[in-house]
Amino acid sequence: MTWSESEIAALVEPDRVHRKAYVDPEIFDLEMERIFERLWIYIGHESQVKEPGDYYLARVGRQPMMMTRDWNGEINVLYNRCPHRGAQICSARKGNAGKLFRCSYHAWMFELDGRLDSVPGAKGYEGTRFDPNDPAFHLRKAPRADNYRGFWFASLAEDGPDLKTHLGRAGLALDQLVDRSPDGEIEVVGDCFHMIQQSNWKLFLENQIDASHPGATHESTGAAARSVENEMKKDGEDPPMSYGFLSDFVRHGIDGWDKFGTTGLPQGHCTLEGYMGLRPDDPDTNEYVERMYASYGEDKAEEILGVDLHHVLLYPCNSVQPPLQQLRTIRPLSPNRTLSEIWHFRLKGAPEAIYQRSLAYYYLVNSPSTMVNADDLFNWWKCQHGLESNATEWVSFHRNAGQDSEENGIMYSAPSSMSELPMRSMMHAWRDYMTANGAGA
Amino acid sequence: MGEAAEKLAAGDRCSSAPVSVETQLAVERFLYRQAEILDEKRWDEWLALFAEDGHYWMPVTEDQEDGEGVPNIFWENRNLMKMRIRRNNHPQAHSQAPENRLCHVVSNVIVESEDPNGDVVVRSRFHCAEYLRYDVRNFTGKYRHYLRKTPDGYRIALQRVDLVNREGPYEYVIQWWL
Repeated sequence: MTWSESEIAALVEPDRVHRKAYVDPEIFDLEMERIFERLWIYIGHESQVKEPGDYYLARVGRQPMMMTRDWNGEINVLYNRCPHRGAQICSARKGNAGKLFRCSYHAWMFELDGRLDSVPGAKGYEGTRFDPNDPAFHLRKAPRADNYRGFWFASLAEDGPDLKTHLGRAGLALDQLVDRSPDGEIEVVGDCFHMIQQSNWKLFLENQIDASHPGATHESTGAAARSVENEMKKDGEDPPMSYGFLSDFVRHGIDGWDKFGTTGLPQGHCTLEGYMGLRPDDPDTNEYVERMYASYGEDKAEEILGVDLHHVLLYPCNSVQPPLQQLRTIRPLSPNRTLSEIWHFRLKGAPEAIYQRSLAYYYLVNSPSTMVNADDLFNWWKCQHGLESNATEWVSFHRNAGQDSEENGIMYSAPSSMSELPMRSMMHAWRDYMTANGAGA
Repeated sequence: MGEAAEKLAAGDRCSSAPVSVETQLAVERFLYRQAEILDEKRWDEWLALFAEDGHYWMPVTEDQEDGEGVPNIFWENRNLMKMRIRRNNHPQAHSQAPENRLCHVVSNVIVESEDPNGDVVVRSRFHCAEYLRYDVRNFTGKYRHYLRKTPDGYRIALQRVDLVNREGPYEYVIQWWL
């Protein structure tokens, strides 16, 4: 079928969403066209391409893109496609191209900002419509590319709100990633982890700010971590603080996650408040706070550290955990396959122990051997299978429906709830993007 | 950098030592036994293979020399191994219901070095099929073990596992050691 706007709009009701939003291949194609190839999509952090010639590949919707650093030190976002016959210019995920990009097929040469440098056997083009100054024969640039504090995004739409406007209040997540560094600078740690989710991209976003799932989904991990902690204490050992990231899952039980408020922004961004006790009173944290005071002054440092967010979703592609310096980005591949890149950043100027703490979280929660996401990925895979079924046509987001409050366009979850507000809020944004030809984007 | 990581980093990963047939046999038996313990999920025996300070390590890059302080696919001491065993066997560990099955083949066993006290560094290749969700996926790679000789036989000070596809992407989480 070909979806009309009113048919798409009918998939989203105030408290439930039709399963076809998650499984229909045509809906997926429309999502790529109207959301991922129009909104601001995360490319990468500037520290991924430090030197001239450095490049790093990224997928935007269905388009193969790359971020490059040119000889002026500028960052460019280009299509990774030779304008001649279509070959990929860079096939490794990352690397350094040297002085120029060279297409492996016929040796067309390009500047690092995409401009055509030379074509072998140029005589053959005399008297043809080929024009070396025509951008059609250059590596095409993303229609729009911009960064927010070193985080690069691209939009494949010529027009629309600028990056800062699109991020709005959710830009706080990226501010937090940077401001928590006593030097005001961060850098990526190594390469990212690449995981395939065998499920629709929206299931990932919904899970990240779902306060009612951790106690249930991660009970086994919480219980196992707590038992090891208890055993160590009995033997007179101090369990590492990082084990608490896991034992927290049982500390609150299944029902005890109602203390953490959520918000939903009109662009589709969402937040979940923090809960992991990330400012303990220990010598490492105190040394870190001292360094923050020294850099920013006490008031400003307290303002930065006082922001307590566990997850911020930057719709439609990022999940950011500012207090733990983690950022995940998703690249949808098909209705039931999603590639995720999981990054960890180092806070320059922070004590080594603070880095070790977030590294431990990166390992325990986000690595390919994680004891946490193992169960998440499996749940989403099961949801994807279930949603193929027409046993019932609807996905329920009824928890605390109608009880959210609104202020200045921002939706707030009902007090002491594990409200499904973020899911409702995201799907309302989804409906707007999908039906207004991106006008609301 | 820990002593065991230093030991592996200092060794030539293409060298071979002219060890006795007895040493070669003892090392091979140990590696085959470890693979079988993993395939048969005999977890108390698994933990007993490792020295008190032993680590199981799967690095992200080949040039990585230490598991400490950098991202890893696995970097586990005995406490984390215990946690993983208890988690995966917990009744609510639904991603292990039904539980997976592993089947290893270990080969190309070459002792790189043997110390006067009997400690060895040994290199081998492995293939492991994992059956999960009614589907099989395959892992293959290289092991390097630093084995300490004790009165009760060898104990693993450090096991390094380099997957051929270490960069991923991974289709889903690797929940048991390979």
